[in-house]
Amino acid sequence: MSEFFQLIVSGLSTGSIYALAAVGFTLLWQASQTINFAQGEFVMLPAFLVLALSVKLGFPLWLAMPLAIILAVLILGVLFKRLVVEPMIKHGTLPLVIATIALGVLLKEMVKEFYSPLGQPFPSLFPQDVVTIFGAVISIPDIANFVIAMGAIVALQLFLGGTRTGRSMQATAQNPDVAQILGVDIKRMVLYTFMINGALAAIASILITPIYLAKFSNGETLGLIAFIAAIVGGFNQIRGALVGGLLIGIIDNLSATYVSAEYRQALPLILLIVIILIRPQGLLGTSEGRTV
Amino acid sequence: MTRKSILFTLVALIALILVPLGQGNYIIYVLTSWLVFSIAAMGLNLTLGYAGQISLAQAAFMGIGAYIAALITLAGYHWVLGWLAAMGGTFVIGLLLGYPALRVQHHFLAFVTLAFNTLVFLVLRNEDWLTGGSHGLVGMPRPNFFGLSTGTNLEFYYFTLVLFVISGAIFYWIVNSPWGRAFKALRENPVRAESLGVDTRRITLLAFAIGSAFGGGAGAIMSPLVQFIEPGSFAFIHSLKILLMVVVGGAGFFFGPILGAAVVILLPEFLRFTEGYYLMIYASLVIVLMIYSPSGLIGAGQKLYARLRPGRETRKDMEKGAQL
Amino acid sequence: MIRKLAITTVAAFALGAGAAVAQVKIADVAELSGAGAAAGAVWHDGVKLAVEEVNAAGGILGEQIELAEYDSQTDPQISRAMVQKAIDEGTYVLLGTVYSSSTVVNMLVAQQNGMPQITGSESPTITAKGNPYIFRTAFGAQKGLPKLASYLKDGLGAEKIAVVWANTEFGRGGYDAFMGLVDDFGFEIVADVPTEQAQVDFASDVAKVKSSGADAVFVYLTEEESARFLIEANKQSLDLPMGGDTVLISQKVIDLAGDAANGAFGHVGLTAEAPVPAIKEMAAKFQEEFGYGADHNAIKGYIGVYMIKYVTEQIGEFDREKFAETLRGLCLDAETHPGILMDTCWDETGEMSRESFLVEVVDGAQQITQTLPAN
Repeated sequence: MSEFFQLIVSGLSTGSIYALAAVGFTLLWQASQTINFAQGEFVMLPAFLVLALSVKLGFPLWLAMPLAIILAVLILGVLFKRLVVEPMIKHGTLPLVIATIALGVLLKEMVKEFYSPLGQPFPSLFPQDVVTIFGAVISIPDIANFVIAMGAIVALQLFLGGTRTGRSMQATAQNPDVAQILGVDIKRMVLYTFMINGALAAIASILITPIYLAKFSNGETLGLIAFIAAIVGGFNQIRGALVGGLLIGIIDNLSATYVSAEYRQALPLILLIVIILIRPQGLLGTSEGRTV
Repeated sequence: MTRKSILFTLVALIALILVPLGQGNYIIYVLTSWLVFSIAAMGLNLTLGYAGQISLAQAAFMGIGAYIAALITLAGYHWVLGWLAAMGGTFVIGLLLGYPALRVQHHFLAFVTLAFNTLVFLVLRNEDWLTGGSHGLVGMPRPNFFGLSTGTNLEFYYFTLVLFVISGAIFYWIVNSPWGRAFKALRENPVRAESLGVDTRRITLLAFAIGSAFGGGAGAIMSPLVQFIEPGSFAFIHSLKILLMVVVGGAGFFFGPILGAAVVILLPEFLRFTEGYYLMIYASLVIVLMIYSPSGLIGAGQKLYARLRPGRETRKDMEKGAQL
Repeated sequence: MIRKLAITTVAAFALGAGAAVAQVKIADVAELSGAGAAAGAVWHDGVKLAVEEVNAAGGILGEQIELAEYDSQTDPQISRAMVQKAIDEGTYVLLGTVYSSSTVVNMLVAQQNGMPQITGSESPTITAKGNPYIFRTAFGAQKGLPKLASYLKDGLGAEKIAVVWANTEFGRGGYDAFMGLVDDFGFEIVADVPTEQAQVDFASDVAKVKSSGADAVFVYLTEEESARFLIEANKQSLDLPMGGDTVLISQKVIDLAGDAANGAFGHVGLTAEAPVPAIKEMAAKFQEEFGYGADHNAIKGYIGVYMIKYVTEQIGEFDREKFAETLRGLCLDAETHPGILMDTCWDETGEMSRESFLVEVVDGAQQITQTLPAN
């Protein structure tokens, strides 16, 4: 029983990180039909920005982390939108898919060549203490990761639903033509979406890297899981991606323990195929006219 | 075929026959794997360039083909049997996989194949009793044909070249057959094609299955070429590599994937001076290419040619690139 | 006059060039990029250090070593192509690769070409294939693990063991070797946990070990995965002795896992901390040259180059066939062959033996607890 509880708790903790990446993923899809195959690398990179600022340039951590988030917003948000997505969007979705695959390779190779091919330790923001609940040992970082990730997603929901800019962004995502007629600056709203994705990726990166260690190849698994979480939860809903992320986190843990460790990666994939076959809009997604 | 393209094909063939002469084993090996990947990329081109579907499992199909051929040849049967079984097996799996995916919503094939590739990897790695697990399979013999051996690297290159030409001919025949033309109709205007009585779903499914069989065939050649196969060689990342070959060369063009495979496999040899930067340069070039010419290098070449010789139209359908 | 001067100058240049050309080519095929770079790049630096030393001391039989590097990208098929390439380009002896999954593939090519190959791989399968051209720089897991198992049993009194291993060619070799010992030592395996290559999340693996009721954990993972496992074990307060072979207590893992590595122990064939002056000296030079600490892979690469030197000088010519023949069944003592660092013997299969160590991590540093005799 304590083992089961332990698995649920750590599943929620890592699942909340997957959710951050998956939410960003769906935001980009909604705003610009971008299927970002580099999303995993987007989560890998900010940790190296922190390391570059703190280890190489000597900034203190409390300064390096916010700076890295700002840099991530600029590089993964603004630059990505301006240099890669914008000039390509007129060609349709496929060239953009290919370009993001290439971008993922580019980011990986740059980190490997200019920082290090080896894994790097990464400082944790939180004390390593533990609390024991129902026989499960829960570490402070686990709790903090979950709280911060959920906090970020709730804040995002409040922003999208409760502010004028947020509602304009939603209108842009739902129907750009109507939004434009209503006087919304579509380009700006799409740009905001990209910046938010950059910030979410940076937060995920800083939270998860103390456990995963900073390594150029970390994005490979993360990107795939974000992708699965987004589709399973519902490609066009933030809460879908949230549920998808948490669900994959838990399922991964449970299947590794109770089904088969050798086939642990298989269960989320089988879930993905089943969802596509019986409920292609995802668990919480709503059917939309647009096909993915 | 116009006279010009027949001439071009002949020249290319003679070049392919002459190019490995006097080269070291390594260069011949690289050339051979280029031909093998060209066959796999050709298959994906059918799926992507002609039927407009993204398949992210071409490496998995190569893997299935490679293991089928390896198991059959290791059991003492002739390689040709393994090759046919590999193509047949991957064709059937393609049908089984594509049918439900294409039934739901036609763009979901990309996601289903993505999951399928990792599942195949896991099965190859975990089912030791059949596949040797992470140790892989070793020592597949190179076949003999009526007393002709394919044992040395040069002999094996020519053997692969023959299969490459056969595959190319099949591909050419498919694309120019009545249902190849149905593909073209489908790509150029799906709505009209449907109204003219083209069963888009069946055509697309067949294209995917045949494309997968090309992957299986390429895998069957890989077995005796490398004489060692293990699950890691057919992981998801290699499917992305083959996808990039097709797109960079030019999806929807006959020579596109062959050129794309050359860029991925042969070019690094000539760009050794770039050392660790090769992948970075390559990735940046892909991004730039997608911005300026989504129809790949051949598309870019045609554009340039059209600009130099005004009055000629580029293909309208390819200007936009294949749509996801 | 000017003409004559010109001729003598040209002649002088030609002579100079002629002297520089007396070189012997040695290829190192290693994991310089990809998942194995943490091992392969360090091995390669060890090779470089030894080549510099040998060249500074006059080379091999008076010929300078020309080192050619080939990146396998940690991909078995690319490593195979690279070995073919190294042979085409006329290497005398082949160094590499470190990852067993690559070595089992590329050793076939070296064997077909009669090319002696000195590898850093420790998978038991390598020397079990009857390949007369393969030689190790560190002994296989099947020789190291009995030493660890007897420590688990006699030193710790452990009976119930949890096994955490990488489900790859490398991990499979260690796993099979350890499982082969289970009956001899009377162990009971209470948790059998295979993990993925480049796995990042070890929460469920640790939870499984924890609820298994094990007395001790045997960890057989690669560098970064070992560190992630230790970090997660620390996070879940897994309070069991954790032992492994070489990798678990390597410097790289200690650097990555920080405090979480404390208390981990294991058997190592080679370590920069070994109480052997020659190794200490080599490690200091390495640190000075590359700016980071040497580990077992660096020492393996270093020894590999000196194996080529000593064996070649013993036969007195550059002859691949004789090289392999001589090295089989050879013993080199460290006193007359300082570059070999410790007394070492090779058997007919290319397997080797020498002293080894039991190590525990204390306060973020390796501490040698015991020196074990060669077997």
